[in-house]
Amino acid sequence: MKLHRSGHLAGIALTATLALAACGSDNTAGGSGSAGASAAPGSCGAGSLTAQGSTAQKNAMDEWIKNYQAQCSDAKVDYQGTGSGAGIQAFIAGTADFAGSDSALKDEDKTKADAKCGGAALNLPMVVGPIAVVYHVDGVDSLQLDAPTIAKIFAGKITKWDDPAIAALNSGAKLPSAAIQAVHRSDESGTTDNFTKYLSKAAEADWTFGNAKAWKAPGGTGAKGSDGIAALVKSTVGTIGYVELSFAENSDLTTAKIKNGAGEFTELTGASAGKTIEGAKITGTGNDLTLSIDYRTSTAGAYPIVLVTYEIACEKGSAKAADIKAFLNYTASTGGQSALGELGYAPLPETVRAKVATSVAAIG
Amino acid sequence: MRVKRLSPAVNLLVAAVAFGLSAAIVLGAGIGNGVLVVVLGWALYLLGILVAAGRVEGRRAARDRAWRSLIYSACVLAILPLASVVWTLIAKGAGRLDGDFFRSSMNNIGARDPNGGAYHAIIGTLEQVGIATVIAVPLGVLGAIYLVEYGRGRFAGTVRFFVDVMTGVPSIVAGLFVLSFWVLIVSPWVNHGQPRFSGFAAALALSVLMLPTIVRSTEEMLRLVPGPLREGAYALGVPQWKTVLKIVIPAARAGIVTGVMLAIARAAGETAPVLLVAGGAAAINFDPFTGNQSALALFVYQQAGDASKYAPARAWTAALTLVAIVLILTVAAKMLARRSSSTR
Amino acid sequence: MSAHPAGVSPGRHRELPIGGGDALPRKARFSLETGFRGLSVAAGAMVLVIIVAIAIFLIAKAVPALRANTANFFTYEQWFPNDARPRFGIAAIAFGTVLSSVIALIVAVPIALGIALFLSHYAPRRLADPLGFAIDLLAAVPSVVFGLWGRDVFAQPVQDFSVWLNTYFGWIPLFGGDGPFGRSILLGSLVLAIMVLPIVTSLSREVFQQTPRMNEEAALALGATKWEMIRTAVLPYGKPGVIAAVMLGLGRALGETIALALTLGTVFGISVNLIRTGGNSIAANIANTFGEAGDVGRGALIASGLVLFAITLVVNMAARAIIHRRREFRDAAA
Repeated sequence: MKLHRSGHLAGIALTATLALAACGSDNTAGGSGSAGASAAPGSCGAGSLTAQGSTAQKNAMDEWIKNYQAQCSDAKVDYQGTGSGAGIQAFIAGTADFAGSDSALKDEDKTKADAKCGGAALNLPMVVGPIAVVYHVDGVDSLQLDAPTIAKIFAGKITKWDDPAIAALNSGAKLPSAAIQAVHRSDESGTTDNFTKYLSKAAEADWTFGNAKAWKAPGGTGAKGSDGIAALVKSTVGTIGYVELSFAENSDLTTAKIKNGAGEFTELTGASAGKTIEGAKITGTGNDLTLSIDYRTSTAGAYPIVLVTYEIACEKGSAKAADIKAFLNYTASTGGQSALGELGYAPLPETVRAKVATSVAAIG
Repeated sequence: MRVKRLSPAVNLLVAAVAFGLSAAIVLGAGIGNGVLVVVLGWALYLLGILVAAGRVEGRRAARDRAWRSLIYSACVLAILPLASVVWTLIAKGAGRLDGDFFRSSMNNIGARDPNGGAYHAIIGTLEQVGIATVIAVPLGVLGAIYLVEYGRGRFAGTVRFFVDVMTGVPSIVAGLFVLSFWVLIVSPWVNHGQPRFSGFAAALALSVLMLPTIVRSTEEMLRLVPGPLREGAYALGVPQWKTVLKIVIPAARAGIVTGVMLAIARAAGETAPVLLVAGGAAAINFDPFTGNQSALALFVYQQAGDASKYAPARAWTAALTLVAIVLILTVAAKMLARRSSSTR
Repeated sequence: MSAHPAGVSPGRHRELPIGGGDALPRKARFSLETGFRGLSVAAGAMVLVIIVAIAIFLIAKAVPALRANTANFFTYEQWFPNDARPRFGIAAIAFGTVLSSVIALIVAVPIALGIALFLSHYAPRRLADPLGFAIDLLAAVPSVVFGLWGRDVFAQPVQDFSVWLNTYFGWIPLFGGDGPFGRSILLGSLVLAIMVLPIVTSLSREVFQQTPRMNEEAALALGATKWEMIRTAVLPYGKPGVIAAVMLGLGRALGETIALALTLGTVFGISVNLIRTGGNSIAANIANTFGEAGDVGRGALIASGLVLFAITLVVNMAARAIIHRRREFRDAAA
């Protein structure tokens, strides 16, 4: 009897497993995606690519991969958002065909990557993720901030929403006397790195913590990932945080207008962020397109807090060069870039995009 | 015998006065809301009953009453969160309880796609828990056989003690152990020098967590098999190993299965080890030995931290699924235990 | 599993194995018997091997990171293992781990003892059985579900409560500060309390039920009220068991990961303020920062896990030592 019973149990479990195994779907049936997606990818690769790295460009990669695979049925691209550091390590070790990174290769990594490639490893700016300062205060639909004020808020020196410093920038706004809950990333992140880089460049006097991927200012609240910050700000009154625009848009968060070097309070849009990128200097040599961003940009209408994420790939010598080239050729195309608009990324300004496309064409 | 009891009417009166007074104080002074009224009212009621019963029944009986009320209220207090969890699970989890959820993965699901499902995570959980069971059950049952049938002296005592200690190893430590042992040291040998996450690594971590539970429950069950059964076999010249396998184990089978099911239920709900060594994945991966895999508990955790407005619904539905699986296993195990213990 | 048939109480034959140990004569030197015995001994030894292996491998992976650390691992409060000059220490997260666990126990233990007494001495059997079953089910709910519930549902009442505490008891440092409140040590601790409740309850209940009837009846015969009987007969008898139960609960609370990762404010720093947003624990920190950790970062997390392992090992060994000394209720502690 008992034997029968456990036999039945195993039988049921097995049947359930088989039934489940029979009908799973990986949602691969065509890229129904966004409007700009149907632009021709140029050429198609035929092999499979593995890539990993920055989580900031994960959404962009997901969209690109969806569109690319829909049009190139033989090609397969897998991108894991493991973090920039892990992506670079995997690239150097040869387990990732290309890496996504929130910053250009540092010197020591660059040397290792060059050695691995047997030539130059290229930093290709591909995804522009403007960083939004998002907040949640009831009755305040529009908020204007400048770098010193943001620095003081995140350093814990301004603790109330009706602080004179904030009120001075927002005449007429009904600011409550509630406590400010500043939310930062509890994990290490390129977003934090770029956000603190902005603060340390544009508000030197008030931000003394330098820039790093780990959050170094005291106090505040930690949340894991941009997702975590967005979810927390969305659900908690009195919070302020920083996330890539895509997260702010996906969660319908209110974003603050930021004062740029020209003294204007600019709203965050793809175009206003693009203006900052357009003004960036290229410090890379040859086909390497490392950018140096001017966070105090005085270009009219420019939004100063931007994050540029790179694809890192070998210029020569990769066994999968043709596949990498085909995929990156799509991502650097106008079609590929405009597909990102709806996801809350800013398209690369045309001048920069053209250079990236030229560099990609040199891969081989 | 002249025992005076506090009449129910007085009891009710005390309650009414206590809650009325509490409402007057709290709402009158504006220091709180309904919750505080209940809490303060309850405290006042206890005090009132202590005084009232003290007058009628004497001090000792009054204390008895007060403690009884406290103990009863502890139960009510514990039922509240349980009820809230169950209610939230059902209310929020029902949202995505559709066929699509159980048939599709999170592959190609962006932040603005409302669909997507946990198929890949369910596969991951089944494979990981299945492999962990295959590893842990023979080891655990053999270990229990050692403790009951063979072990004696200091070594057996030490093993028994550390089996108990091992039940307390935090799941994240088990995850870190497999991370440093399997993922970082062993897996590079087979993967071109690169550490590799896999569902199998998660299964290893889960089996570390399952092993002590299985040893303990099996040991318990083997001990319940009457000694004369064994002695009868020995007297007939049956060797000990055969006695164990053919007589002792079958006699204890139902109990052992119960213990295994409880261990499986615990393993299926573990998040931390899977997070550390399986890595999580969005796409379906049937191969537990190569590549990242997700699991249902990890899926809940990841969706819980996702900013997409569709993520909470997915998280809660996955949580409901997970709890359903775990509870079905637990309830089935307990029913099996009850039935076998009543028929023996 | 409490229903042992009378006469086969597992406590009796503890030292001598029922199977006769190696007392039976063996025929051949290498037989199936020897093979099977060897296999079972190996399986038993496996447990010891795993415990030792955990320690060895964690140490092996932690040492390089600890060597690279430029701050004091035990006193430094921050966690920057991936910097060019790695600095990390467990002071803040170890403090948060212990603080949240202790508060969880302070909240959970009285309630758990109340329920245990209710189930063992007050409730009629018809009510005690399903209620005990419900408590056991509470223990089976995965921690990620409690974490999700704590963050999405329980956080709001706790935040209101925190504001209330702050308004009227703000002069106590524990409840001071000017906000923000919400994802605090208090929230994490309360969720933990709910999670350890079933463990402490079921073990204490088991112990209370084993109070010798004679002791109880003697107390009642002397005219004691029910509570006096419990105080004089049940509680003293159950005391070691309750202590062990509390320590097992502590072990569980110390190692809890996901529920805290979801409910704490994950801020580094030592503070006794319970209601301000913040708090962190060793296990939650591992879950939160593991994803982006580099080589040193991983080693650093493993080092913190080693500390957690050591703490829980000590707590569990102490609990088990108490239990093993009193074999009668050892079986309740599965």
